[in-house]
Amino acid sequence: MSQHSENTPILEARNLIKVLGGNRVLDSVNLDIGRGRVKVLIGPSGAGKSTLLQCLNFLTPPDSGHILLEGREVNAGSKKELCSFRQQVGMIFQDFNLFDHLSALENVRVALMKVRGMSKLDATERAVAELKRVGLVDRAAHYPANLSGGQKQRVAIARALAMDPKVMLLDEPTSALDPELIGEVLTVIRALAQGGMTMIMATHQISFSASLADEFIFMEKGRIVEHGSPAELLGKGVGSRTQAFCAKISELTGEADGEFRS
Amino acid sequence: MSIPYFEFLRAELAPGLLDGLWVSLIVIIPSALLGAFIGLTAGVLRVYGPMPVRKLAEAYVSLFRGTPLVVQVFFWYFALPYIKFGGWSLVLDPIPAAILAFGLCSGAYQSEYIRGGLNSIKRGQIRAALALGMTTRQAVMNVVLPQAFRRALPGCGNEIIYLIKYSSLASIITVNELTGTATTIAKNSWRNIEVFCTLGVVYLLLVTVATWLLHLLEDTLSVPGFERPQE
Repeated sequence: MSQHSENTPILEARNLIKVLGGNRVLDSVNLDIGRGRVKVLIGPSGAGKSTLLQCLNFLTPPDSGHILLEGREVNAGSKKELCSFRQQVGMIFQDFNLFDHLSALENVRVALMKVRGMSKLDATERAVAELKRVGLVDRAAHYPANLSGGQKQRVAIARALAMDPKVMLLDEPTSALDPELIGEVLTVIRALAQGGMTMIMATHQISFSASLADEFIFMEKGRIVEHGSPAELLGKGVGSRTQAFCAKISELTGEADGEFRS
Repeated sequence: MSIPYFEFLRAELAPGLLDGLWVSLIVIIPSALLGAFIGLTAGVLRVYGPMPVRKLAEAYVSLFRGTPLVVQVFFWYFALPYIKFGGWSLVLDPIPAAILAFGLCSGAYQSEYIRGGLNSIKRGQIRAALALGMTTRQAVMNVVLPQAFRRALPGCGNEIIYLIKYSSLASIITVNELTGTATTIAKNSWRNIEVFCTLGVVYLLLVTVATWLLHLLEDTLSVPGFERPQE
């Protein structure tokens, strides 16, 4: 029994289809992720990585397909079920989306109070703990306008973590950051992965995610084209499309990724 | 033959205008609050309401922005009693009729500013709120509206300044507010120029106080990223 429940994926997507403006942005995508695993979505822009992540928590409702949380299908037609599902699936956005009129502390606290119904005191305590976890407790009173991009993304991560999500979806969490601010966010993400957080992340940080991911998922034109462990896809002489794509990125960004070059 | 201006002001004009001022405030303050409430509600419904409600709110705004305020004031005072609801009809006293007319008209304009404010908030804000498990209603009330209100406040304040001045229309349905009182004094004294120039100064003072109060409110709500532009 316990063996079975351990093998049940935390989050599973079956046959997701999304058509936007006549284009099949998602074309029969299947995906599942087990507890504590890290899967990384890579691929050219427009491949459907973002859309896939947004469909996974119904921010963009898929046209058809099923999404299961711990083996139970989510009925997105029920408002209550949808809200409870979204609480269990944390989302990190490329452009942070911190609530601009609230301080860092209030950003982390607001959903605890309004969604979880926690008292202000308990919510504050939890929010402080989460800000400590991302190393920003000294910025608690700062408003987003007075935080750097990296700090904003760390507050956004704290805000998502405060809801105790079972899985986190990260949509290019460092793409909007200045190069010198990427490191602090990656450090937080690495700590999360090492702490056993289940994550699906779209990113162009190839070498970083290769060191973290259990699986690379390469998407193109709304389809999953290749998937496998980073070693399988990026090893010497594999000749995978993932490898060709990663080599191109490394060339462009100057990422020193020697061991993965073909 | 006639007494000097300052003598006239002290003995007749100032006491009369002071009485009128209180009546004006009794009309203006509830109208402004009613207008702000209606404007906020209609503005939110126009952007986030279900389609039929959205259409209804749009119709309200078109009607009350598209007809002269004089007509609306006359309607609530003179025409409403003729409309029978199953044998009943509603007769409003002059002051409540004026408050209703101004509140509804002001609300229609206020809702435009609120709507603009709501639309200026980036989609990402509401998406982030939904992703945390908020309902659309919670996201609007806790995330979008507080930001939109701060953006809309200068416009809404402007509308309240207008309201102070168009409250003078209450005089046409026998409310003895500032303008009504001034008209009576002018008729009796034959000193039109002095009376109406003084009346203008009183409105100017009223608007100055209101402007100051609105700035105070803007400063109270100000957070980094939503400051009042420094002039």
